[in-house]
Amino acid sequence: MSDIWYQFKKNKIALFGLFMTTAFIIAAIVAPLLAPYDPYKMSGAESLAGPSMAHWLGTDQFGRDIWSRIIYGTRISLKVGIISVGISLVVGTLIGVVAAYYGKWVDSVLSRLTDVMFSFPDILLALVIMAILGPSLTNLMIAIGIVYTPIFARIARGAVLTIKNALFIEAAKSMGISNVKIMWKHILPNSLAPLIVQVTLSLAFAILAEAALSFLGLGASPDTPSWGIMLSEGKNWMEQAWWIAVFPGIAITLAVFSFNVMGDGLRDALDPKLKNESS
Amino acid sequence: MATEELVRIDNLKKHFKISNGIFRKNTVVKAVDGLNFSVYKGETLGIVGESGCGKSTTGRLLMKLLEATEGKMYFEGEDVSTWDKQKLKARRRDFQMIFQDPYASLNPRMIVEDIIEEPLKTTDMSKEERKARVKQLLDDVGIPQDYRTRYPHEFSGGQRQRIGIARALALKPKFIVADEPVAALDVSIQAQIINLLVDLQEEYDFTYLFIAHDLSVVQYISDRVGVMYLGKMVELSESDDLYENPLHPYTQALLSSVPVPDIHHVKDRIPLEGEIPSPDNPPSGCPFHPRCPIAKQHCKEEVPSFREITEGHYVACHEVK
Amino acid sequence: MSEYIMEVNDLKTHFHTKTGVVKAVDGVNFKVKKGEILGIVGESGCGKSVTSQSIMRLVGSKSSEHVSGEVRYHGEDLLLKTEREMEKIRGKDISMVFQDPMTSLNPAYNVGTQIAEMPEIHEKKPKKAAWKRAVEMLTKVGIPSSEKRAHQYPHQYSGGMRQRGVIAMSLACDPDLIIADEPTTALDVTIQAQVLDLLRKLRDDTGTAIMMITHDLGVVAELCDRVAVMYAGKIVEEGTIEDIFDRPKHPYTKGLLNSVPRPGRRERLQPIEGQPPNLQNLPQGCRFQDRCPFVMDKCLAQQPELLPAESEQHTVACWLEEEGQPDGDRGTRKNRQPEEAL
Repeated sequence: MSDIWYQFKKNKIALFGLFMTTAFIIAAIVAPLLAPYDPYKMSGAESLAGPSMAHWLGTDQFGRDIWSRIIYGTRISLKVGIISVGISLVVGTLIGVVAAYYGKWVDSVLSRLTDVMFSFPDILLALVIMAILGPSLTNLMIAIGIVYTPIFARIARGAVLTIKNALFIEAAKSMGISNVKIMWKHILPNSLAPLIVQVTLSLAFAILAEAALSFLGLGASPDTPSWGIMLSEGKNWMEQAWWIAVFPGIAITLAVFSFNVMGDGLRDALDPKLKNESS
Repeated sequence: MATEELVRIDNLKKHFKISNGIFRKNTVVKAVDGLNFSVYKGETLGIVGESGCGKSTTGRLLMKLLEATEGKMYFEGEDVSTWDKQKLKARRRDFQMIFQDPYASLNPRMIVEDIIEEPLKTTDMSKEERKARVKQLLDDVGIPQDYRTRYPHEFSGGQRQRIGIARALALKPKFIVADEPVAALDVSIQAQIINLLVDLQEEYDFTYLFIAHDLSVVQYISDRVGVMYLGKMVELSESDDLYENPLHPYTQALLSSVPVPDIHHVKDRIPLEGEIPSPDNPPSGCPFHPRCPIAKQHCKEEVPSFREITEGHYVACHEVK
Repeated sequence: MSEYIMEVNDLKTHFHTKTGVVKAVDGVNFKVKKGEILGIVGESGCGKSVTSQSIMRLVGSKSSEHVSGEVRYHGEDLLLKTEREMEKIRGKDISMVFQDPMTSLNPAYNVGTQIAEMPEIHEKKPKKAAWKRAVEMLTKVGIPSSEKRAHQYPHQYSGGMRQRGVIAMSLACDPDLIIADEPTTALDVTIQAQVLDLLRKLRDDTGTAIMMITHDLGVVAELCDRVAVMYAGKIVEEGTIEDIFDRPKHPYTKGLLNSVPRPGRRERLQPIEGQPPNLQNLPQGCRFQDRCPFVMDKCLAQQPELLPAESEQHTVACWLEEEGQPDGDRGTRKNRQPEEAL
């Protein structure tokens, strides 16, 4: 563990990613403390006000405080990210582990299935699923979850395939340990590293996908403080009030960037080749 | 020595099919091709041979880690192939394995006491009983009790092999297959582990099948030795008898090839021409005939039978009378 | 010119890592005579391979690798040569044979081309003559129908043949020293015997000296004229094979010889208890002290030098030589647990 931290620490950008990610999570938890205004409260008198001492990042066309909405938006983004990635992690890992461990026709069927899903562009696939399920935040999370399932399935399968032939798996079999136990106690803990990396990277994609789908009007209801929705609305007012679109845009960029560099740093730190050098 | 049979195998075969794509014929590798031998209670039977002779496959077949293509295997007189899943699971505790690579055979993410305890969890032992047993096992293999919460990577190769041995002993098996247990270790450590294996057999009273490529080690530790070549056993006899009176030309050549750390050791090297043929295309007749210095015409055509020449000394060679 | 082609003086190779300095080779002295086979024997981590790599300047280029001392080859210090100068020596005057014949040949070229490359580069031989030489070398190392085989690729060769190919390549420019690093370890016993026979025959025919690096005392007994036994980065004993096998002086050498099972013998093995010291954290005094059955106070305090014992050529680094040998088991064996200390 200390080895991983030692490696991770050396990467300053990754450290920044970790810091920002932590900041986003804290912001989501203590949003009411950080937001000076109710994100839903409209105020006709203050509509389209530029950044000022009262409204740090200005207000939108309904007079809602942009800063407060961005703070509350972290809740939506993280919720969508965590739940949708959670769906893909669980389903994908299950598919991958089962495919790799049992092999033969099980593997063929499951692998072809994921290959087919892979052949669609992410956003297009999400759009199709949303079109079938209908727009809502829950369906959005399900759609994103489905879209990223094949990545996890493929990574889990690859990791398990390399672990599966390890001698200690054969040793466990020779002692009469059951298949389920072998998968749970021996294979999964040793395949976890690449999955953890993928989780952080996918979180970034999920946040981006949520923004994109909300931008297209397929996500939460239009008054929800979601960064994507804010961006979508702001684009109509670009000429009069640039801040409505630009600040949520910066928030999205920052969040996606943070998760990405943290994921990259984690991948390097968990790389066994690097680890051996340091130990 | 007791001559009660613990394991008997009868015409055991393992053929691997290797796919060469849709349009080409599959290759069949005859890793093990018709083995017959018995392992007696309390003895150490050594299996020796060069790469590709099928010795490791034999060990895995006996451990039921691989399904045999053909042939029968009896454990304490029971036909193993009639065992269903339930029965196999119940009987697994009677036969255990020690692996070659002490680095790869232990789960890197488990601590030592969990590794040794794992097989015990398949039994109905209570938690206290299991802990006590792990403690005993650590003592038996010479790992200090303070090390029980460490991970495998914190140990040297020799110590890891001790942990692997403790795990194999946990269920007090009757039969242990040791597959090259000292091949990965340095000479000085190798001797420590060999002595440990010998001592444990005395203490626990089990039976070994000891697989190795190193003839000196096999001969040292075994009561009887079987020599394998290309999936077949070519000679089987008492260990000392095999050393003093090898009958099969391959055994003779193998013995003469072993480098002995003694400059006064006189030997007539019997040079073998060529190399071991691939097991996916073994020669006709006697598999050894292309390299054999005394091969005759009939060696190319007929497979020699594995017959008893003198008491307990079996050879598969047409030319041995 | 002296009878020695190479003299290694106080060779040290230290690796600087995050956790400390690894003293892989720590003050090694030896000489290689013309046309002899010198065995360097020891267990993993004793520094035998790093010694050969340091001589060939295959380590020492990175900032974390520190090589010091002298490697006098025909009087010139190889450690002072530029990389260009070394390139001219490697493969021509000194060549290497590695353990793994699989990776020492390039799979993309046929074997003949790879051997012919040596005389082409080093002797500026024209292509045709170089190819002829390659075929000649393949014949010399016992590859049948070498004319045809030279056109084949490494994957068409078996393991033993590949190692013969590598040896042919190392011979192509008539080197006067071949450094063979565990050349038979990856081979089966019967093939190993063939390769050992070949190496001996080549030495007899060409007069090339061979430095044979191995962990296998059997290989040493079969092939070598002289032996240096290494332990934890130092040579602990050196002498002719008669000296080492018949009159071993150092407790480690004796321990090694007693650890090996010999065919036809059944007496209980006498392992060396414990395990080699950590090269990052070496004890003061003799490096074998933790495992030595004859350890004395002096051994804990001061490192013994490699000094002549009995004869000039048989050298031992052990304080017992000064004190007089223990006869048999006179030395009190310390009460020790069977496990190797961490």
